[in-house]
Amino acid sequence: MSAALSIQQLSKTYGNGFVALKNISFEVQQGDFFALLGPNGAGKSTTLGIVSSLVNATSGSVEIFGHDLAKDMTSAKQYLGVVPQEFNFNAFETVYNIVRTQAGFYGMPGALADQRSKHYLTELGLWDKRDTPARMLSGGMKRRLMIARALVHEPKLLILDEPTAGVDIEMRRSMWDFLQQINAAGTTIILTTHYLEEAEFLCKNIAIIDQGKIVQNTSIKALLQQLDSECFIFDLAANLEYPPEIVDYQISLEDPHTLVVEVKKDQSLNNLFVQFELMNISVLSMRNKSNRLEEMFISMVEKKLESGIEE
Amino acid sequence: MKSKELLIALTTIVRREIRRFTRIWPQTLLPPAITMTLYFIIFGNLIGSRIGQMGGFSYMEFIVPGLIMMSVITNSYSNVVSSFYSAKFQRNVEEMLVSPMPNWIILTGYIIGGMARGIIVGFIVTLLSLFFTDLQLYSLPTIIVVTLLTSILFATGGFINAMLANSFDDISIVPTFILTPLTYLGGVFYSISLLPEFWQGVSQLNPILYMVSTFRYGILGSSDINIYTSMAVIVVFTVSLFAIALSMLNRGRGIRT
Repeated sequence: MSAALSIQQLSKTYGNGFVALKNISFEVQQGDFFALLGPNGAGKSTTLGIVSSLVNATSGSVEIFGHDLAKDMTSAKQYLGVVPQEFNFNAFETVYNIVRTQAGFYGMPGALADQRSKHYLTELGLWDKRDTPARMLSGGMKRRLMIARALVHEPKLLILDEPTAGVDIEMRRSMWDFLQQINAAGTTIILTTHYLEEAEFLCKNIAIIDQGKIVQNTSIKALLQQLDSECFIFDLAANLEYPPEIVDYQISLEDPHTLVVEVKKDQSLNNLFVQFELMNISVLSMRNKSNRLEEMFISMVEKKLESGIEE
Repeated sequence: MKSKELLIALTTIVRREIRRFTRIWPQTLLPPAITMTLYFIIFGNLIGSRIGQMGGFSYMEFIVPGLIMMSVITNSYSNVVSSFYSAKFQRNVEEMLVSPMPNWIILTGYIIGGMARGIIVGFIVTLLSLFFTDLQLYSLPTIIVVTLLTSILFATGGFINAMLANSFDDISIVPTFILTPLTYLGGVFYSISLLPEFWQGVSQLNPILYMVSTFRYGILGSSDINIYTSMAVIVVFTVSLFAIALSMLNRGRGIRT
């Protein structure tokens, strides 16, 4: 079985001499929910731009479901749907026409194109807005419009570049549900995001790109296991003046009734609770400090800065 | 893509282009109708009646074919240049680039869109001219062929202009500084036989002269220059521009980094 996306030794040097990608290779397997992460300017958008034929690669190859993007362009593109980061539709056209026209670009016969346009606009809650010019839509609706447009030819690989940027929390949740549904139904999804929490929640595998190179390519689970410690937050029944001192645990008081405890990988939580009990500290609730991935990400980038790796 | 799919993709672009210029008809179809009516009234009627004969015809009869052609030229050109540039500007050109449509379909679609506006405006201007003069149709095939070729040529030119343009200013430079002077000097308002020999020679370097003259021949049956030479010149220009435009599009000039 060929990979949904196979990138081999891809490099990109822009006309102004900027080297955006340095010989990167990675694969995304069929059915995967894959995150491509990295700081701004790391090369994420360049990579996705090459895959979507918006950027010319300097060297290297891209295969989509086994079809080479350069040699077998038509088949490769049939498999691919792209939701870009910035709005890229004609703002004066109506919602329906934008999606319907995209279907036409794929050579879809009229009746099928009508039916699919209706289906995906309904799915994304935009059918009522079908006759509205795109510029009149809210930010979240515009993004959903781009998702409907990317799905109208039913691609097997869907790429989303920052799909939830500027989308409110409720909408983000429903978009996550939607993406999980279509992934479960067999669509391979590649996602870039700034919300690392999003990647942690949705994705199975991950590649981290930094300064044009892949610095990590593994499963999210494996990546999180690399974390040496985890932070837990405890909400307390009674206020404390000072953080309690417990041997081997780093504890800080965020505010009088909130404790933040760093628990190392080999330490047990039981012990911590025993100590709390002895000190008469009553815990109302406890949660994992989210954005574990974010912590890891920051520590990775920091480590690199400390060790002074330079290109 | 199979040929049926290619045809669907092509008609999709053409439909969208026609939808665009008909939606904004007060900007696209109305202005040439008003401008050309003014030309007919002022140059044709008021001034023309004092000029007398031009190339063996009344001045009104002489300028009508030229003005129709001028409308076809400017409208084919400006439809494509503004539509494709704004697709670049709003980035919806990416909708096409990400799809499996081959580049020649994209180019052909825009050209047909430009032709449609050029020809529709040409037709409107022709109808308006009937209020001022009786039009003969000396050779309908000549009229059809030269109109089609001219609109293809300038629609293609508009496409190249749009690919090269980096701002909205850039899309008006060519029409203002090249197209308009060439059209005015291309025998729309006068027969080049009025010019001194040297300037007649210079005029023959102007491609628009050939189109205007051939079209005028189709209507009046008389022309400043040989019709077959004209057709050959127009065909060569059209084919070359199409090849240039396609190769630029294949390289992604101005649209892919």
